[in-house]
Amino acid sequence: MRFQDVISINDFRKEDIDYVLRVAERLEEELKKEGTLKYAKGKVLATLFFEPSTRTRLSFESAMHRLGGAVIGFAEASTTSVKKGESLMDTIRTVENYADVIVIRHPREGAARLAAEVARVPVINAGDGANQHPTQTLLDLYTIKKEFGKIDGLDIALLGDLKYGRTVHSLAKALSYYNVRLYFVAPKGLEMPRHIVEEISNKVEIVETSDLEAVIPKVDVLYVTRIQKERFPDPAEYNKIKGSYKVDLKVLEKAKDTLKVMHPLPRVDEIAYEVDNTKYSAYFRQVWSGIPVRMALLGIVLGVIE
Amino acid sequence: MKELKVSAINKGTVIDHIPAGRGLKVLEILNLFGDNTILVAMNVRSGKLGRKDIIKVEGKILNEEEVNKIALIAPSATVNIIENWEVVEKRKVEIPDEIIGIIECANPNCITHYEEVTPKFKVLSKKPLKLKCHYCERTMEEDIVLKHLL
Repeated sequence: MRFQDVISINDFRKEDIDYVLRVAERLEEELKKEGTLKYAKGKVLATLFFEPSTRTRLSFESAMHRLGGAVIGFAEASTTSVKKGESLMDTIRTVENYADVIVIRHPREGAARLAAEVARVPVINAGDGANQHPTQTLLDLYTIKKEFGKIDGLDIALLGDLKYGRTVHSLAKALSYYNVRLYFVAPKGLEMPRHIVEEISNKVEIVETSDLEAVIPKVDVLYVTRIQKERFPDPAEYNKIKGSYKVDLKVLEKAKDTLKVMHPLPRVDEIAYEVDNTKYSAYFRQVWSGIPVRMALLGIVLGVIE
Repeated sequence: MKELKVSAINKGTVIDHIPAGRGLKVLEILNLFGDNTILVAMNVRSGKLGRKDIIKVEGKILNEEEVNKIALIAPSATVNIIENWEVVEKRKVEIPDEIIGIIECANPNCITHYEEVTPKFKVLSKKPLKLKCHYCERTMEEDIVLKHLL
């Protein structure tokens, strides 16, 4: 095992990612056969959520319970000593006495890295500001692998707010380890940042466009993201852009039969509800992927799963 | 004006060819205030730079790591190690692979602005200068770096 903490997808080599995905697959099989597992029996996970995130927190808690471990933690900082002015470092030094592994979500970028440096127990980053959300990236990759049996050889489109979305930044970087063709489909002003395009363009073929209709027939995966209203200083600008991409049955008419639509959720109006029950929709299975992937990560950093 | 001779100390370090006006910043970064006798010459005429600052630190031989700290603000600097009034070694400063302290992260939401932690950067490129914050992973180009010297 190479990693003791899970802080940034940039710390992962391709072999590490493949290893996590393999372990997740194995655990999913075991879960199906045996129900709750016992790998983390006697171990305690602390979930320190300094800002709210129901989905990620519940997913980690569910994963730990399914590994047979216990969970403590908080869902918002206002109920903790942080309210009294306690530093993050002191919170971590305290909590490490109560838990064998810490999962942290924090509004400041770099908080997870700092927590990992301070803590004697492993730390997993569940989102640090606009920086990283590595477990989301791993579960996205796991979903693609489950849907297609592979990642290599696929044409994958990332659609929506590619400028601010940390999910798509990390995913694009991780996908660049594989033999894929990437389509970055974004409205003007929300394109993928140049530094990311430059960083990965020598590894994978990239097509940048704003024309979703032209891309739809070519791709195997359509990864949709929400255009985040809160990023726009002018609401009129948001209103102009928000309707620009709506994935509905009409848009999907030209899609490959095997196309899978993914979304990190929550969605607002970028995927029509009519898509939910079609063969295209993979986004709720994607939510499930969080369980085996987070079980794998917890098990690996705890040293209870090889 | 005749250029000052760098060997005018018995033993110590002379940092020459500092861009004019940055001498005091160099002293601050190297944290040399204390027992050392320090001579600072500012705005000295220089064939190479037009004007330059010079720092002479008496009695202290600065090591490579210490001197390289100033590479960001004084890349043109040369370092002369003096023993027995003679220059025994001449070095150019070089940007290290990692920058610790010296500059703060340009990202206002970086955790380093909120906790008692020393900012740390990985040098992605020395020319043009590009740094990556160890904590928030944000990259900074040269013009931004110089605005964020501590």
